[in-house]
Amino acid sequence: MVNKITIENLKAVYEGVLALNGVNLDIRQNEILGIIGPSRSGKTTLLKVLNRMIDFVPRSRVEGKILFDNLNIYTDIRLLALRRKIGMVYALPLPLPMSIFDNVAYGPRLHGTKSKSVLSDIVEKCLKASYLWDEVKDRLDSQAFQLSGGQQQRLCISRTLAVEPEVILYDEPCSGLDPISTAKVEDAMRELKEKYTQVLVTNNTKQAARVSDRTAFFLMGELVEVDNTKKIFTGPSDERTNDYITGKFG
Amino acid sequence: MIKKFFESLIEKAIFISGITAIAIVVLIFIFLLKESVYFFLNNNLAEILFGMDWYPISEPPKFGFLPLILGSVLVTVGAIVIAVPVGLAAAIYISEVAPGWFKEILKTGIELLAAIPSIVLGFVGIVVLAPFIRNLFNLPSGLTAFAGSIMLAFMAMPTIVSIIEDAINSVPKSYREGSLALGATHLQTIRRVILPAASSGIMAAVMLGIGRVIGETMAVLMVTGNAAIMPTSILQPVRTLTATIAAEMGEVIQGSMHYYALFGIGFVLFVITFFINLAADMFLHRKKS
Repeated sequence: MVNKITIENLKAVYEGVLALNGVNLDIRQNEILGIIGPSRSGKTTLLKVLNRMIDFVPRSRVEGKILFDNLNIYTDIRLLALRRKIGMVYALPLPLPMSIFDNVAYGPRLHGTKSKSVLSDIVEKCLKASYLWDEVKDRLDSQAFQLSGGQQQRLCISRTLAVEPEVILYDEPCSGLDPISTAKVEDAMRELKEKYTQVLVTNNTKQAARVSDRTAFFLMGELVEVDNTKKIFTGPSDERTNDYITGKFG
Repeated sequence: MIKKFFESLIEKAIFISGITAIAIVVLIFIFLLKESVYFFLNNNLAEILFGMDWYPISEPPKFGFLPLILGSVLVTVGAIVIAVPVGLAAAIYISEVAPGWFKEILKTGIELLAAIPSIVLGFVGIVVLAPFIRNLFNLPSGLTAFAGSIMLAFMAMPTIVSIIEDAINSVPKSYREGSLALGATHLQTIRRVILPAASSGIMAAVMLGIGRVIGETMAVLMVTGNAAIMPTSILQPVRTLTATIAAEMGEVIQGSMHYYALFGIGFVLFVITFFINLAADMFLHRKKS
Protein backbone atom coordinates (compact mmCIF):
# COMPACT_ATOMS: atom_id res chain seq x y z
CA MET A 1 0.00 0.00 0.00
CA VAL A 2 1.29 3.40 -0.98
CA ASN A 3 1.04 6.19 1.54
CA LYS A 4 -0.93 9.13 0.17
CA ILE A 5 -0.46 11.34 3.18
CA THR A 6 2.15 11.00 5.90
CA ILE A 7 1.74 12.92 9.12
CA GLU A 8 4.79 13.16 11.37
CA ASN A 9 4.73 14.53 14.89
CA LEU A 10 1.91 16.98 14.15
CA LYS A 11 1.11 19.59 16.77
CA ALA A 12 -1.69 22.04 16.07
CA VAL A 13 -3.08 24.94 18.07
CA TYR A 14 -6.69 25.77 17.15
CA GLU A 15 -8.02 29.14 18.37
CA GLY A 16 -5.43 29.21 21.12
CA VAL A 17 -6.12 25.64 22.30
CA LEU A 18 -3.69 22.78 21.76
CA ALA A 19 -5.90 20.50 19.67
CA LEU A 20 -3.39 17.98 18.33
CA ASN A 21 -0.34 16.90 20.28
CA GLY A 22 2.24 14.81 18.47
CA VAL A 23 0.20 12.83 15.97
CA ASN A 24 1.85 10.31 13.64
CA LEU A 25 -0.48 8.85 11.04
CA ASP A 26 -0.31 7.45 7.52
CA ILE A 27 -3.20 7.68 5.13
CA ARG A 28 -2.98 5.06 2.41
CA GLN A 29 -3.91 5.43 -1.22
CA ASN A 30 -7.53 4.49 -2.05
CA GLU A 31 -8.52 3.63 1.49
CA ILE A 32 -11.34 5.02 3.56
CA LEU A 33 -9.80 6.00 6.87
CA GLY A 34 -12.40 6.48 9.58
CA ILE A 35 -11.51 8.84 12.40
CA ILE A 36 -13.52 8.50 15.58
CA GLY A 37 -13.26 10.07 19.00
CA PRO A 38 -15.25 12.23 21.39
CA SER A 39 -15.69 15.94 20.75
CA ARG A 40 -12.60 18.10 21.28
CA SER A 41 -10.36 15.16 20.44
CA GLY A 42 -8.84 17.03 17.51
CA LYS A 43 -10.55 15.22 14.63
CA THR A 44 -11.82 18.29 12.81
CA THR A 45 -8.59 20.15 13.45
CA LEU A 46 -6.73 17.33 11.69
CA LEU A 47 -8.90 17.74 8.59
CA LYS A 48 -8.48 21.51 8.63
CA VAL A 49 -4.72 21.09 8.81
CA LEU A 50 -4.68 18.66 5.88
CA ASN A 51 -6.16 21.12 3.38
CA ARG A 52 -4.84 24.13 5.26
CA MET A 53 -8.24 25.64 5.98
CA ILE A 54 -6.72 26.18 9.43
CA ASP A 55 -4.83 29.09 7.85
CA PHE A 56 -8.06 31.11 8.18
CA VAL A 57 -8.59 30.26 11.84
CA PRO A 58 -7.34 33.01 14.14
CA ARG A 59 -4.77 32.16 16.85
CA SER A 60 -3.76 28.92 15.22
CA ARG A 61 -0.39 27.31 14.69
CA VAL A 62 0.80 24.11 13.06
CA GLU A 63 4.06 22.28 13.80
CA GLY A 64 5.38 19.02 12.43
CA LYS A 65 5.59 17.57 8.98
CA ILE A 66 2.78 16.61 6.63
CA LEU A 67 3.69 15.00 3.35
CA PHE A 68 1.21 14.67 0.50
CA ASP A 69 2.62 12.43 -2.24
CA ASN A 70 5.96 13.00 -0.50
CA LEU A 71 5.62 16.78 -0.84
CA ASN A 72 5.45 18.98 2.25
CA ILE A 73 2.05 20.72 2.17
CA TYR A 74 3.42 23.89 3.71
CA THR A 75 6.52 24.33 1.58
CA ASP A 76 6.38 22.26 -1.59
CA ILE A 77 2.82 22.76 -2.86
CA ARG A 78 0.97 25.94 -3.73
CA LEU A 79 -1.95 26.54 -1.39
CA LEU A 80 -4.64 26.69 -4.06
CA ALA A 81 -3.33 23.57 -5.79
CA LEU A 82 -3.38 21.76 -2.44
CA ARG A 83 -7.00 22.69 -1.80
CA ARG A 84 -7.94 21.39 -5.23
CA LYS A 85 -6.23 18.08 -4.62
CA ILE A 86 -7.56 17.66 -1.10
CA GLY A 87 -11.29 18.38 -1.15
CA MET A 88 -13.50 18.81 1.91
CA VAL A 89 -17.13 17.95 2.61
CA TYR A 90 -18.53 19.65 5.69
CA ALA A 91 -20.83 18.54 8.48
CA LEU A 92 -23.76 20.60 7.31
CA PRO A 93 -24.50 20.49 3.62
CA LEU A 94 -23.30 23.81 2.26
CA PRO A 95 -24.64 24.37 -1.20
CA LEU A 96 -23.65 27.75 -2.56
CA PRO A 97 -26.58 30.09 -3.27
CA MET A 98 -26.91 29.17 -6.93
CA SER A 99 -28.40 26.46 -9.15
CA ILE A 100 -27.54 22.77 -8.93
CA PHE A 101 -25.59 22.99 -12.16
CA ASP A 102 -23.67 26.10 -11.08
CA ASN A 103 -22.78 24.51 -7.74
CA VAL A 104 -21.00 21.64 -9.43
CA ALA A 105 -19.57 23.83 -12.18
CA TYR A 106 -18.29 26.39 -9.64
CA GLY A 107 -14.91 24.75 -9.09
CA PRO A 108 -14.09 24.01 -12.74
CA ARG A 109 -15.13 27.55 -13.67
CA LEU A 110 -12.79 28.95 -11.02
CA HIS A 111 -9.97 27.04 -12.55
CA GLY A 112 -10.68 28.34 -16.02
CA THR A 113 -13.07 25.93 -17.74
CA LYS A 114 -15.50 27.99 -19.81
CA SER A 115 -16.89 25.68 -22.48
CA LYS A 116 -20.52 24.88 -21.77
CA SER A 117 -20.30 21.36 -23.19
CA VAL A 118 -17.22 20.49 -21.13
CA LEU A 119 -18.93 21.84 -18.02
CA SER A 120 -22.07 19.82 -18.77
CA ASP A 121 -19.99 16.68 -19.05
CA ILE A 122 -18.23 17.36 -15.76
CA VAL A 123 -21.53 18.10 -14.00
CA GLU A 124 -23.13 14.91 -15.29
CA LYS A 125 -20.12 12.78 -14.42
CA CYS A 126 -19.80 14.19 -10.89
CA LEU A 127 -23.50 13.97 -10.13
CA LYS A 128 -23.50 10.36 -11.26
CA ALA A 129 -20.49 9.61 -9.08
CA SER A 130 -22.34 10.82 -6.00
CA TYR A 131 -25.56 8.97 -6.95
CA LEU A 132 -27.48 12.19 -7.37
CA TRP A 133 -27.87 12.37 -11.14
CA ASP A 134 -31.11 10.41 -11.46
CA GLU A 135 -32.80 12.54 -8.82
CA VAL A 136 -31.87 15.93 -10.28
CA LYS A 137 -31.17 15.49 -13.98
CA ASP A 138 -34.46 17.15 -14.96
CA ARG A 139 -34.01 20.19 -12.77
CA LEU A 140 -30.36 21.20 -12.92
CA ASP A 141 -31.38 24.84 -13.12
CA SER A 142 -33.35 24.93 -9.88
CA GLN A 143 -31.78 26.34 -6.74
CA ALA A 144 -29.64 23.97 -4.71
CA PHE A 145 -31.56 24.94 -1.55
CA GLN A 146 -34.63 23.18 -2.86
CA LEU A 147 -32.95 19.80 -2.50
CA SER A 148 -33.37 17.68 0.63
CA GLY A 149 -30.55 17.57 3.17
CA GLY A 150 -29.20 14.27 1.89
CA GLN A 151 -29.34 15.45 -1.69
CA GLN A 152 -27.55 18.66 -0.72
CA GLN A 153 -24.79 16.68 0.92
CA ARG A 154 -24.35 14.51 -2.15
CA LEU A 155 -24.36 17.71 -4.22
CA CYS A 156 -21.48 18.96 -2.06
CA ILE A 157 -19.62 15.72 -2.74
CA SER A 158 -20.20 16.23 -6.48
CA ARG A 159 -18.94 19.77 -6.18
CA THR A 160 -15.80 18.55 -4.48
CA LEU A 161 -15.31 15.86 -7.14
CA ALA A 162 -15.64 18.42 -9.92
CA VAL A 163 -12.23 19.92 -9.20
CA GLU A 164 -10.71 16.43 -9.58
CA PRO A 165 -9.24 15.98 -6.13
CA GLU A 166 -7.15 13.01 -5.08
CA VAL A 167 -8.20 13.01 -1.46
CA ILE A 168 -11.65 13.79 -0.02
CA LEU A 169 -12.04 14.76 3.61
CA TYR A 170 -15.45 14.35 5.23
CA ASP A 171 -16.20 16.20 8.44
CA GLU A 172 -19.15 14.35 9.98
CA PRO A 173 -20.92 14.34 6.63
CA CYS A 174 -24.06 12.60 7.87
CA SER A 175 -24.60 14.31 11.21
CA GLY A 176 -27.68 16.13 9.94
CA LEU A 177 -29.10 13.37 7.77
CA ASP A 178 -31.76 10.70 8.19
CA PRO A 179 -30.75 7.01 7.97
CA ILE A 180 -31.83 6.59 4.33
CA SER A 181 -29.91 9.64 3.16
CA THR A 182 -26.95 8.50 5.26
CA ALA A 183 -27.01 5.12 3.52
CA LYS A 184 -26.95 6.83 0.15
CA VAL A 185 -23.98 9.01 1.10
CA GLU A 186 -22.18 5.91 2.40
CA ASP A 187 -22.90 4.07 -0.86
CA ALA A 188 -21.38 7.00 -2.74
CA MET A 189 -18.25 6.80 -0.57
CA ARG A 190 -17.78 3.08 -1.21
CA GLU A 191 -18.19 3.67 -4.91
CA LEU A 192 -15.61 6.47 -4.86
CA LYS A 193 -12.98 4.23 -3.28
CA GLU A 194 -11.68 3.10 -6.62
CA LYS A 195 -10.47 6.53 -7.55
CA TYR A 196 -10.05 8.51 -4.37
CA THR A 197 -8.45 8.39 -0.97
CA GLN A 198 -11.03 9.30 1.65
CA VAL A 199 -10.85 10.40 5.26
CA LEU A 200 -14.09 10.20 7.23
CA VAL A 201 -14.37 12.01 10.55
CA THR A 202 -17.47 10.87 12.33
CA ASN A 203 -19.11 10.94 15.73
CA ASN A 204 -21.08 7.92 14.71
CA THR A 205 -18.81 4.98 15.49
CA LYS A 206 -21.16 2.60 13.69
CA GLN A 207 -20.69 4.56 10.51
CA ALA A 208 -16.92 4.16 10.76
CA ALA A 209 -17.47 0.44 11.29
CA ARG A 210 -19.68 0.26 8.19
CA VAL A 211 -17.62 2.13 5.62
CA SER A 212 -14.00 2.55 6.66
CA ASP A 213 -11.14 0.19 5.89
CA ARG A 214 -9.03 1.35 8.79
CA THR A 215 -10.14 3.32 11.80
CA ALA A 216 -8.18 5.74 13.95
CA PHE A 217 -9.23 6.61 17.48
CA PHE A 218 -8.38 10.07 18.76
CA LEU A 219 -8.60 11.24 22.35
CA MET A 220 -7.62 14.64 23.75
CA GLY A 221 -5.49 15.57 20.75
CA GLU A 222 -3.63 12.25 20.65
CA LEU A 223 -3.92 9.31 18.32
CA VAL A 224 -4.64 6.40 20.63
CA GLU A 225 -4.49 3.74 17.96
CA VAL A 226 -5.09 3.08 14.30
CA ASP A 227 -5.76 -0.34 12.87
CA ASN A 228 -7.98 -2.31 10.53
CA THR A 229 -11.58 -1.43 11.23
CA LYS A 230 -12.46 -5.00 12.11
CA LYS A 231 -9.66 -5.16 14.67
CA ILE A 232 -10.61 -1.84 16.24
CA PHE A 233 -14.21 -2.89 16.68
CA THR A 234 -13.61 -6.45 17.78
CA GLY A 235 -10.40 -6.42 19.74
CA PRO A 236 -8.70 -3.04 20.11
CA SER A 237 -5.25 -3.01 21.67
CA ASP A 238 -5.95 -0.06 23.91
CA GLU A 239 -8.35 -0.09 26.83
CA ARG A 240 -9.53 3.47 26.06
CA THR A 241 -10.57 2.53 22.52
CA ASN A 242 -12.56 -0.34 23.88
CA ASP A 243 -14.25 1.90 26.43
CA TYR A 244 -15.18 4.43 23.74
CA ILE A 245 -16.61 2.02 21.18
CA THR A 246 -18.57 0.14 23.80
CA GLY A 247 -20.03 3.43 24.99
CA LYS A 248 -18.45 3.74 28.43
CA PHE A 249 -17.78 7.40 27.65
CA GLY A 250 -18.44 9.63 24.69
CA MET B 1 -53.70 41.63 40.53
CA ILE B 2 -51.53 44.72 40.70
CA LYS B 3 -48.98 42.93 38.56
CA LYS B 4 -51.61 42.29 35.94
CA PHE B 5 -52.64 45.93 35.99
CA PHE B 6 -49.07 47.06 35.41
CA GLU B 7 -48.62 44.54 32.64
CA SER B 8 -51.61 45.91 30.75
CA LEU B 9 -50.53 49.49 31.46
CA ILE B 10 -47.09 48.86 29.97
CA GLU B 11 -48.61 47.02 27.05
CA LYS B 12 -50.85 49.98 26.29
CA ALA B 13 -48.00 52.46 26.64
CA ILE B 14 -45.91 50.51 24.13
CA PHE B 15 -48.88 50.25 21.80
CA ILE B 16 -49.43 54.00 21.93
CA SER B 17 -45.76 54.73 21.24
CA GLY B 18 -45.82 52.40 18.29
CA ILE B 19 -49.01 53.75 16.82
CA THR B 20 -47.86 57.36 17.31
CA ALA B 21 -45.07 56.98 14.77
CA ILE B 22 -47.48 55.70 12.16
CA ALA B 23 -50.10 58.31 13.06
CA ILE B 24 -47.58 61.10 12.59
CA VAL B 25 -46.65 59.86 9.13
CA VAL B 26 -50.30 59.65 8.16
CA LEU B 27 -50.98 63.14 9.54
CA ILE B 28 -48.05 64.63 7.64
CA PHE B 29 -49.27 62.95 4.50
CA ILE B 30 -52.81 64.31 4.99
CA PHE B 31 -51.45 67.78 5.70
CA LEU B 32 -49.30 67.72 2.54
CA LEU B 33 -52.20 66.46 0.51
CA LYS B 34 -54.58 69.04 1.92
CA GLU B 35 -52.23 71.92 1.19
CA SER B 36 -51.24 70.74 -2.27
CA VAL B 37 -54.57 69.45 -3.59
CA TYR B 38 -55.77 73.02 -4.19
CA PHE B 39 -52.72 73.62 -6.37
CA PHE B 40 -53.08 70.42 -8.36
CA LEU B 41 -56.81 71.02 -8.94
CA ASN B 42 -56.38 74.59 -10.14
CA ASN B 43 -53.56 73.92 -12.57
CA ASN B 44 -53.15 71.62 -15.54
CA LEU B 45 -51.38 68.54 -14.20
CA ALA B 46 -49.50 67.94 -17.46
CA GLU B 47 -48.28 71.54 -17.44
CA ILE B 48 -47.03 71.15 -13.89
CA LEU B 49 -45.21 67.89 -14.33
CA PHE B 50 -43.85 68.53 -17.81
CA GLY B 51 -43.69 72.34 -17.89
CA MET B 52 -40.14 73.48 -18.51
CA ASP B 53 -40.37 76.86 -16.80
CA TRP B 54 -40.43 77.61 -13.11
CA TYR B 55 -41.37 81.29 -12.87
CA PRO B 56 -43.61 81.38 -9.82
CA ILE B 57 -43.77 85.18 -9.51
CA SER B 58 -44.05 86.23 -13.14
CA GLU B 59 -47.42 87.30 -14.58
CA PRO B 60 -48.97 84.87 -15.31
CA PRO B 61 -46.89 82.55 -13.11
CA LYS B 62 -45.49 79.36 -14.56
CA PHE B 63 -45.24 76.35 -12.29
CA GLY B 64 -43.32 73.80 -14.37
CA PHE B 65 -41.79 71.17 -12.04
CA LEU B 66 -39.68 69.54 -14.74
CA PRO B 67 -36.45 71.57 -14.29
CA LEU B 68 -36.61 70.96 -10.54
CA ILE B 69 -37.34 67.26 -10.91
CA LEU B 70 -34.54 66.90 -13.45
CA GLY B 71 -32.25 68.92 -11.19
CA SER B 72 -32.93 66.49 -8.36
CA VAL B 73 -32.56 63.48 -10.62
CA LEU B 74 -29.28 64.75 -12.10
CA VAL B 75 -27.70 65.50 -8.75
CA THR B 76 -28.95 62.21 -7.30
CA VAL B 77 -27.76 60.07 -10.19
CA GLY B 78 -24.38 61.80 -10.07
CA ALA B 79 -24.11 61.23 -6.32
CA ILE B 80 -25.08 57.56 -6.61
CA VAL B 81 -22.67 56.95 -9.50
CA ILE B 82 -19.90 58.25 -7.24
CA ALA B 83 -21.05 56.86 -3.90
CA VAL B 84 -22.00 53.30 -4.84
CA PRO B 85 -18.72 52.07 -6.34
CA VAL B 86 -16.68 53.82 -3.65
CA GLY B 87 -19.04 52.66 -0.89
CA LEU B 88 -19.08 49.10 -2.19
CA ALA B 89 -15.31 48.98 -2.37
CA ALA B 90 -15.04 50.46 1.12
CA ALA B 91 -17.52 47.94 2.52
CA ILE B 92 -15.68 45.02 0.92
CA TYR B 93 -12.39 46.31 2.26
CA ILE B 94 -13.77 46.77 5.77
CA SER B 95 -15.54 43.44 6.03
CA GLU B 96 -13.22 41.20 4.04
CA VAL B 97 -9.71 42.60 3.86
CA ALA B 98 -8.89 45.03 6.67
CA PRO B 99 -7.23 43.60 9.80
CA GLY B 100 -9.33 43.67 12.98
CA TRP B 101 -7.97 46.79 14.65
CA PHE B 102 -8.03 48.85 11.45
CA LYS B 103 -11.57 47.69 10.73
CA GLU B 104 -12.81 49.39 13.92
CA ILE B 105 -11.03 52.64 13.07
CA LEU B 106 -12.52 52.67 9.57
CA LYS B 107 -16.02 51.91 10.80
CA THR B 108 -15.87 54.68 13.37
CA GLY B 109 -14.51 57.06 10.77
CA ILE B 110 -17.34 56.34 8.37
CA GLU B 111 -19.91 56.71 11.13
CA LEU B 112 -18.36 60.07 11.99
CA LEU B 113 -18.86 61.13 8.39
CA ALA B 114 -22.58 60.68 8.99
CA ALA B 115 -22.34 62.93 12.03
CA ILE B 116 -21.06 65.97 10.14
CA PRO B 117 -23.93 68.46 9.84
CA SER B 118 -24.90 68.94 6.20
CA ILE B 119 -24.44 72.70 6.47
CA VAL B 120 -20.79 72.15 7.35
CA LEU B 121 -20.34 69.92 4.33
CA GLY B 122 -22.05 72.58 2.22
CA PHE B 123 -19.67 75.17 3.60
CA VAL B 124 -16.67 73.04 2.66
CA GLY B 125 -18.29 72.59 -0.75
CA ILE B 126 -18.52 76.33 -1.37
CA VAL B 127 -15.06 77.18 -0.08
CA VAL B 128 -13.02 74.22 -1.36
CA LEU B 129 -14.90 72.14 -3.89
CA ALA B 130 -16.55 74.82 -6.04
CA PRO B 131 -13.34 76.76 -6.84
CA PHE B 132 -11.61 73.45 -7.57
CA ILE B 133 -14.31 72.43 -10.07
CA ARG B 134 -14.32 75.90 -11.61
CA ASN B 135 -10.58 75.72 -12.28
CA LEU B 136 -10.61 72.08 -13.32
CA PHE B 137 -13.24 72.48 -16.04
CA ASN B 138 -12.61 76.16 -16.71
CA LEU B 139 -16.18 77.18 -15.85
CA PRO B 140 -17.64 80.59 -14.99
CA SER B 141 -18.79 79.14 -11.66
CA GLY B 142 -18.01 75.95 -9.78
CA LEU B 143 -21.44 75.88 -8.17
CA THR B 144 -22.85 73.11 -10.34
CA ALA B 145 -24.84 69.89 -10.26
CA PHE B 146 -21.48 68.10 -10.22
CA ALA B 147 -20.45 69.85 -7.00
CA GLY B 148 -23.79 68.86 -5.49
CA SER B 149 -23.28 65.26 -6.58
CA ILE B 150 -19.90 65.05 -4.91
CA MET B 151 -21.15 66.60 -1.65
CA LEU B 152 -24.17 64.30 -1.59
CA ALA B 153 -22.01 61.29 -2.39
CA PHE B 154 -20.19 61.99 0.87
CA MET B 155 -23.48 62.20 2.69
CA ALA B 156 -24.85 58.97 1.26
CA MET B 157 -21.63 57.05 1.78
CA PRO B 158 -22.06 56.19 5.49
CA THR B 159 -25.53 54.74 4.85
CA ILE B 160 -24.34 52.79 1.83
CA VAL B 161 -21.18 51.46 3.46
CA SER B 162 -22.78 50.33 6.69
CA ILE B 163 -25.72 48.60 5.02
CA ILE B 164 -23.54 46.82 2.46
CA GLU B 165 -21.14 45.84 5.22
CA ASP B 166 -24.03 44.36 7.20
CA ALA B 167 -25.16 42.49 4.11
CA ILE B 168 -21.70 41.06 3.52
CA ASN B 169 -21.29 40.09 7.16
CA SER B 170 -24.60 38.29 7.14
CA VAL B 171 -23.47 36.02 4.30
CA PRO B 172 -23.00 32.69 6.09
CA LYS B 173 -19.39 31.84 6.85
CA SER B 174 -20.05 28.46 5.30
CA TYR B 175 -20.31 29.90 1.78
CA ARG B 176 -16.89 31.39 2.17
CA GLU B 177 -15.40 28.14 3.45
CA GLY B 178 -17.14 26.06 0.80
CA SER B 179 -15.70 28.24 -1.91
CA LEU B 180 -12.20 28.50 -0.44
CA ALA B 181 -12.04 24.75 0.17
CA LEU B 182 -12.50 24.24 -3.57
CA GLY B 183 -9.33 26.17 -4.20
CA ALA B 184 -10.89 29.56 -4.94
CA THR B 185 -8.86 32.66 -4.17
CA HIS B 186 -10.17 35.27 -1.76
CA LEU B 187 -11.06 37.61 -4.62
CA GLN B 188 -12.85 34.88 -6.58
CA THR B 189 -14.83 34.04 -3.47
CA ILE B 190 -15.85 37.66 -2.95
CA ARG B 191 -16.87 38.16 -6.55
CA ARG B 192 -18.61 34.88 -7.27
CA VAL B 193 -20.17 33.95 -3.96
CA ILE B 194 -20.24 36.73 -1.39
CA LEU B 195 -21.39 39.63 -3.56
CA PRO B 196 -24.15 37.63 -5.29
CA ALA B 197 -25.32 36.36 -1.91
CA ALA B 198 -25.35 39.92 -0.53
CA SER B 199 -26.93 41.41 -3.65
CA SER B 200 -30.33 42.20 -2.14
CA GLY B 201 -28.66 44.02 0.75
CA ILE B 202 -26.53 45.92 -1.73
CA MET B 203 -29.61 46.94 -3.71
CA ALA B 204 -31.30 48.07 -0.50
CA ALA B 205 -28.22 50.12 0.36
CA VAL B 206 -28.36 51.81 -3.03
CA MET B 207 -32.06 52.58 -2.60
CA LEU B 208 -31.62 54.01 0.89
CA GLY B 209 -28.64 56.00 -0.37
CA ILE B 210 -30.86 57.47 -3.09
CA GLY B 211 -33.52 58.22 -0.49
CA ARG B 212 -30.96 60.00 1.66
CA VAL B 213 -29.61 62.02 -1.28
CA ILE B 214 -32.89 63.07 -2.84
CA GLY B 215 -34.22 64.45 0.44
CA GLU B 216 -31.06 66.37 1.33
CA THR B 217 -31.51 70.14 1.24
CA MET B 218 -28.99 72.43 2.87
CA ALA B 219 -25.75 71.31 1.24
CA VAL B 220 -27.34 71.11 -2.22
CA LEU B 221 -28.88 74.53 -1.83
CA MET B 222 -25.43 75.92 -1.10
CA VAL B 223 -23.36 74.23 -3.78
CA THR B 224 -25.57 73.59 -6.81
CA GLY B 225 -25.82 77.22 -7.91
CA ASN B 226 -29.54 77.46 -7.30
CA ALA B 227 -30.73 78.16 -10.86
CA ALA B 228 -34.14 76.74 -11.72
CA ILE B 229 -33.45 76.09 -15.37
CA MET B 230 -33.63 72.98 -17.52
CA PRO B 231 -30.30 71.20 -16.95
CA THR B 232 -28.38 70.16 -20.05
CA SER B 233 -25.08 69.20 -18.46
CA ILE B 234 -23.81 68.10 -15.08
CA LEU B 235 -21.43 71.08 -15.15
CA GLN B 236 -24.32 73.51 -14.99
CA PRO B 237 -26.02 75.19 -12.05
CA VAL B 238 -29.30 73.45 -11.18
CA ARG B 239 -31.85 73.57 -8.44
CA THR B 240 -33.42 70.57 -6.77
CA LEU B 241 -36.96 70.08 -5.49
CA THR B 242 -35.82 70.39 -1.89
CA ALA B 243 -33.71 73.49 -2.47
CA THR B 244 -36.68 75.22 -4.14
CA ILE B 245 -38.87 74.75 -1.09
CA ALA B 246 -36.13 75.85 1.28
CA ALA B 247 -35.22 78.91 -0.77
CA GLU B 248 -38.73 80.17 -1.50
CA MET B 249 -40.81 79.21 1.51
CA GLY B 250 -39.50 82.12 3.55
CA GLU B 251 -40.66 84.85 1.20
CA VAL B 252 -43.83 83.42 -0.27
CA ILE B 253 -47.18 85.06 0.41
CA GLN B 254 -49.17 82.68 2.53
CA GLY B 255 -52.29 81.44 0.74
CA SER B 256 -51.06 82.40 -2.73
CA MET B 257 -50.84 79.92 -5.58
CA HIS B 258 -47.05 80.00 -5.21
CA TYR B 259 -47.43 78.92 -1.59
CA TYR B 260 -49.54 75.95 -2.60
CA ALA B 261 -47.14 75.14 -5.45
CA LEU B 262 -44.36 74.66 -2.90
CA PHE B 263 -46.55 72.17 -1.07
CA GLY B 264 -47.12 70.55 -4.44
CA ILE B 265 -43.36 70.12 -4.74
CA GLY B 266 -43.28 68.67 -1.25
CA PHE B 267 -45.95 66.20 -2.25
CA VAL B 268 -44.03 65.09 -5.35
CA LEU B 269 -40.92 64.67 -3.20
CA PHE B 270 -42.86 62.64 -0.67
CA VAL B 271 -44.17 60.32 -3.37
CA ILE B 272 -40.68 59.81 -4.82
CA THR B 273 -39.04 59.01 -1.47
CA PHE B 274 -41.97 56.82 -0.49
CA PHE B 275 -41.48 54.61 -3.52
CA ILE B 276 -37.71 54.50 -3.08
CA ASN B 277 -38.08 53.39 0.53
CA LEU B 278 -40.70 50.88 -0.52
CA ALA B 279 -38.28 49.44 -3.08
CA ALA B 280 -35.51 49.27 -0.48
CA ASP B 281 -37.87 47.49 1.91
CA MET B 282 -38.78 44.98 -0.75
CA PHE B 283 -35.13 44.20 -1.42
CA LEU B 284 -34.41 43.77 2.28
CA HIS B 285 -37.49 41.64 2.69
CA ARG B 286 -36.55 39.41 -0.22
CA LYS B 287 -33.25 38.79 1.52
CA LYS B 288 -34.97 37.50 4.62
CA SER B 289 -37.42 35.16 2.95
